[in-house]
Amino acid sequence: MTLPDDWEMVVGLEVHTELKTTTKMFCGCANAFGAAPNTNVCPVCLGLPGSLPVLNVRAVELAMAIGSALNSTISPSTFHRKNYFYPDMPKDFQISQYDLPINAGGYLDLPDGSRVSIERAHLEEDTGKSTHLGGSGRIHGADRSLVDYNRSGVPLVEIVSGPDIRSSLQARTYAAELRGILIATGASDGRMEEGSMRIDANVSVRRSREPLGTRCEIKNLNSLRSLVRAIDFEAARQVALLEEGGTVRQETRHWDENLGATSTMRVKEEADDYRYFREPDLVDLVPDQAWQDRVRDGLKPMPAERRAVLTQRLGDPAPALLDALEVVIDLGLDLYVIAALDAGLEADLALARAANEIASDLVHADNLSVESYVATLRMEQSGDLSATQAKSVLVEILANGGEPVSIAQSKGFERLASGALGGIVATLIEENPDEWSRYRDGDEKLAQFFIGQVMKLTKGQANGKEVIAALQARR
Amino acid sequence: MKSVRQTALDVQNGDASALSVLEESLANIRARNDELNVFLYVDEEGARTAANAIDERVARGENVGTLAGVPVALKDNLCQTNVPTTCSSKILEGWRAPYSATVVDRLLLAGAIPVGKTNLDEFAMGSSTENSAFGPTKNPLDTTRVPGGSSGGSAAAVAADMTPFALGSDTGGSIRQPAALCGLIGVKPTYGLVSRYGLIAFASSLDQIGPLTKTVTDAAMALEVIAGHDPLDSTSLPEPSPSLVAHVDDGVAGKRVGVVRDLIDGADDEVVAAVERAVGVLKEAGATIVELSVPEFRLGLSAYYLIAPAEASSNLARFDGVRYGLRVNADDVTAMMEATRTAGFGEEVKRRIMLGTYALSAGYYDAYYGQALKVRTLTIDAFRRAYQEVDLLLGATTPSVAFEFGSKTADPMAMYLSDVFTIPSNLSGEPAISIPFGTGEAGLPIGVQLLGPGRSEAQLFAGARVLEIADGRP
Repeated sequence: MTLPDDWEMVVGLEVHTELKTTTKMFCGCANAFGAAPNTNVCPVCLGLPGSLPVLNVRAVELAMAIGSALNSTISPSTFHRKNYFYPDMPKDFQISQYDLPINAGGYLDLPDGSRVSIERAHLEEDTGKSTHLGGSGRIHGADRSLVDYNRSGVPLVEIVSGPDIRSSLQARTYAAELRGILIATGASDGRMEEGSMRIDANVSVRRSREPLGTRCEIKNLNSLRSLVRAIDFEAARQVALLEEGGTVRQETRHWDENLGATSTMRVKEEADDYRYFREPDLVDLVPDQAWQDRVRDGLKPMPAERRAVLTQRLGDPAPALLDALEVVIDLGLDLYVIAALDAGLEADLALARAANEIASDLVHADNLSVESYVATLRMEQSGDLSATQAKSVLVEILANGGEPVSIAQSKGFERLASGALGGIVATLIEENPDEWSRYRDGDEKLAQFFIGQVMKLTKGQANGKEVIAALQARR
Repeated sequence: MKSVRQTALDVQNGDASALSVLEESLANIRARNDELNVFLYVDEEGARTAANAIDERVARGENVGTLAGVPVALKDNLCQTNVPTTCSSKILEGWRAPYSATVVDRLLLAGAIPVGKTNLDEFAMGSSTENSAFGPTKNPLDTTRVPGGSSGGSAAAVAADMTPFALGSDTGGSIRQPAALCGLIGVKPTYGLVSRYGLIAFASSLDQIGPLTKTVTDAAMALEVIAGHDPLDSTSLPEPSPSLVAHVDDGVAGKRVGVVRDLIDGADDEVVAAVERAVGVLKEAGATIVELSVPEFRLGLSAYYLIAPAEASSNLARFDGVRYGLRVNADDVTAMMEATRTAGFGEEVKRRIMLGTYALSAGYYDAYYGQALKVRTLTIDAFRRAYQEVDLLLGATTPSVAFEFGSKTADPMAMYLSDVFTIPSNLSGEPAISIPFGTGEAGLPIGVQLLGPGRSEAQLFAGARVLEIADGRP
C-alpha cells in the first residue's frame, strides 16, 4: 500500500520472543506450551510470599546469542522491577531490564538491502494468560476471568528496533528476517500462532523531511499478515486524520483481525509510571568475555549467509520460487534443499516440499532426515510416486518417523501402469465433452480439471505430468 | 528452660527426652500466652511428632544434630508447611505456605522442634508489635511495656522461657531492638549469610534472618545451623556456614574497638553509661579503644525510611486478593484489589506502601529514592573507612529501655527513632549483635551493640562473650 502525496510512515517494532529453554526464567518449572492450566507452576512463578527468583543461565545464553546475531554489544546488565497491578502477573510486578539491558545497540541488514537499527534486546519474564468470559469479554465487564499461570515466568527477549522502517513490506521483511535469526540461534521456534513471537508496532506518519509525528502503538500482532494490515490501516488512518486537520493522539491501539481495523485500547496522557527500581532479589548479570566468546563461537550460520549460499546454488532463481526460498531460509530448512540439489533433483521440487510439507509441521522436523527427504523426492521425480503420494509420505514421516520406501509400500502406493492411465483419460474425455473441447481449443486451465479427476479415480496414484502427456497425446 | 546448648546435650546424651523438653515448653506457653500474646499459632501436634522422632533416633543411637530436641519459636513471617503464616496481617489470614523456608528446613535437619509462630508488627513494620493485626505482645519482664519489634513475639517467647531460642528477621533493627528490650542476645548476620528463601519480604535488600537467645554460645550454635549458601536465594553468599561456636571464647585481646559517638549520642543517660561501662570491660580484656565519629550514620534513618518502604511497596503488591489470602469482592477486578488491600492492610503498612510508592514515582524518584541510594553508598563507604582503623564498633542498640504501650503510637517519627542505632548495619549489609549489659529504669535490661565488617560474626560473638561474662553470666 502506498500513502497519498508525499506522506511517509515511520515504524519501529518491538518483538517479544519466548525463549526455547527447558525450564522457566527464575524457577525449575517446565517451559512448555499446551499443558493443562496451572500445572507448570511452583511457589516462585506463582509469586507466593517468601519465594525468590534464581536466574536461568540458559536464558542468558540465548539472549546473548540473539544479541550477537544482531550485532549488539553484550553488556554488564541489571534486572529491574516494572510495577503495575494485573491479575495475570502474580507478583504484580514484572522482572525486566531497564537502563542496562544485556544487549545494547546493533542492527539488522535485510534482504532488500536496507538496514534497521536495533536499540536493545533485553531479558524479561512473561506473564500468565487471562481469559475473560461472558459480558464484555474484556477484563472490565466480563462475567468472570480465568488465569493460567503456566506462561508466568517464561523467559522472553524483547527486541526493540529503531524507528527506521518506512513501509509495511519492510516491516514484514524485518520481522521475517528476525524470526529466521531467532530460529537460527535456537532461541525460539518462531511460532507466531502459539504466541512464541509477538509484535508491537509503533506507527507515525509525516510529510517528507518533516519531524517525526505522534506515534501510536499497536499491541500484540501475532502474524506477519496482521502486521502488514495493521500498519497499513494505522498509517492511512493517521494520514486521513491529519489531512482533515485533526491531530494524532498518542495511545495504545488494539488490532481487530476480523474488522481489519485498529481501535483505542488506552490513551497515553503521559508515560506510564512503572516505578522501575533495581530488583533486589537478583544480583547483577555480568557475562565474562570467555562466556560471551563461547556463545558467539557456537552460533550457526544466520539467514543472510544461508540465503546467499542457497541463491548461488539455485543460479538465478525464478521469481515464482522466491517465496518458497524465503520460507526455507526463515525456518532453517535449507539443508534439506541443498541436499536435494546435490542429489540432482529439480530446484522447484526441492524448494516446494520443504517450504510446504516440512514448514507445516516444523515442530516434528527432527523426524525427517535429510536422506529420507532426498529419497522421497527422488521417488517423486522418477515417477515412482505421484506428487500427492510423495506429500503423503513426507507428512507421515514428519508425524511418526519412518523410512520412505517402506511407508510408500505400507500405504499401497504403486506406480500406475501407463496403459491404465490412457484408459482413464479416454473415459474422462468421453464423460466430459465440454471441458475436453475447451481444453482442445487452448484453455490450459482445464488440464487441472482433468488431473483432478484422474487423481480422484486413482486415489492420487497418477503422476500429474503423465496425465498432461496423455491429454496432449489426444489433443 | 535450659540453654540451647545444655538442652541439646541432654537430649543427645539421653539425659532428657525431646518430648519432656517440649512439654516444658508447651506448659510455659500455656501458662502465659493468653496474658502476653506471644504465639499466634502453637503446633502442639507437629511438635510432638517431631520430638518423638528425635527420641526414637536417640534410642537407635543415631546422630540427631546439633540442636536435637531444642524447641524453637519462629517469627510468623517465616513460611512453614502445615501451619498458618500470617505476617500478623489480616490479608494473609488463613493462608498456609505449601513450602518451608530454608532456615526452617535447616533447623529441622539439625533436630530443632518448631513449636509455633510468633507475633510481629504487621509485615515486620514497626518497633513494638503494636502494629500487629492480632494485638500487641507484652514484654514478659514488665507487661505494661512493649517487647520491641518487629520480632517482639520471638523475643518475648525466649524472655518468658517458652522456648530456649527463636528466629526473627531484622530489616532495620527488628531482631536487635527487641533483644535489647527483652534482655536477650540478638544477631543481625551479614547480608547473604542466611538464606531469605521463605522469609516473606519486607525490604529485600535489607532483610536478614537471625537468632534470639539467652547466651552468646546459643546464638552462635543457632546461626551455624541456619547460615550457609542456599541456591534458592540469589543473594546468598557462596561460602558454607562459618565456624562460630569454636571462636566464642577467643576474646578481644589485641583487637581495636571503635566507640562511635553517633551510635550513642541521643540515648538516655543510663544507656550511655552502660556503653561506657562496656568500653571499660573491653579495654580491661585487652582491646584498644578508639573514639570515632561517623556522622554518615545519622543520615541512615532518613535513607532507610525511603528505601525500605520503596521495596515494600513492590513486595506487598502481590497481596491483591487474586490468588490467596483475603478477598473482598467488588464489581470488577480493580475494585476487588482496592477493597481487599484497603481491608487487609493496617495503618502502618498502608503508610509505608504510600511512602514507598511516592518515593519511586516518576518525577520524585531522583529526589527521594535515588537520593536515599546515594546516602546508602555513603554509609557503606563510612563503614569501610572505619574498619580500616578498627576491627569492631561499639554503640548502643536502642536509645532507651522498653517503653510503655501507646507512648509512641501517636507519632510515627518517635517510633522510627527507636531504630536509629541499628539501621546503619542494614544499609551496609554488615553484621551486628545486641548484648544485654546492665539494667536501667525499673530494672529493665539495656542492650549494647557490637558491629563488624562483613562475615566477622565470629569476632562479634567473641566480643559479646567478653561482655556477657563481665555482666555476670559466665
